[in-house]
Amino acid sequence: MQLAKVIGDVVTSCKDENLTGIKLLIVQPLNADRQASGRPIVAVDAVGAGVGEHVFFVRGKEASFPFYPVEPPVDAGIVGIVDHWDTD
Amino acid sequence: MQIARVVGTVVSTQKHRKFESAKLLLVQPLNADDTPRGGTLLAVDGVGAGIHEKVLVVLEGRAAGEALGRKGAPVDAAIIGIIDTVTIDE
Repeated sequence: MQLAKVIGDVVTSCKDENLTGIKLLIVQPLNADRQASGRPIVAVDAVGAGVGEHVFFVRGKEASFPFYPVEPPVDAGIVGIVDHWDTD
Repeated sequence: MQIARVVGTVVSTQKHRKFESAKLLLVQPLNADDTPRGGTLLAVDGVGAGIHEKVLVVLEGRAAGEALGRKGAPVDAAIIGIIDTVTIDE
């Protein structure tokens, strides 16, 4: 997984039917020191996250697991909202 | 698998139910010479690792889910060992 900040959302009308009702958000991956790490990506939301929140997301097929038995064709999904994190 | 160092802890209240009671740690993947490689990752802890420790991390969904002991968990990284020593010849 990776830490990220939600920086926007995506609206799409014409899409795969298994994506119906699923929220799409744009997340900027972060390093432990809160600096951006790589480019923003689109992730599905499984926990009710919103713009401005810090979250963690999972990459790969596992991003579709929270929507079981529906299997949306996705490769990144938000699976937690971060309260805070501490580093050395 | 990858060698990494635990660099932080993460607290999350609102998360997918399969993460309940799981410990989340920030890990920095390392090169063979212990320099950082790439960005920080978040992994579930399957072995009781702590901050500053050098660990073995699996970066694949099915293996990570098994390390967590939960099938169908939406995870892609897990700590599966605490490293005592690494020896590289040459």
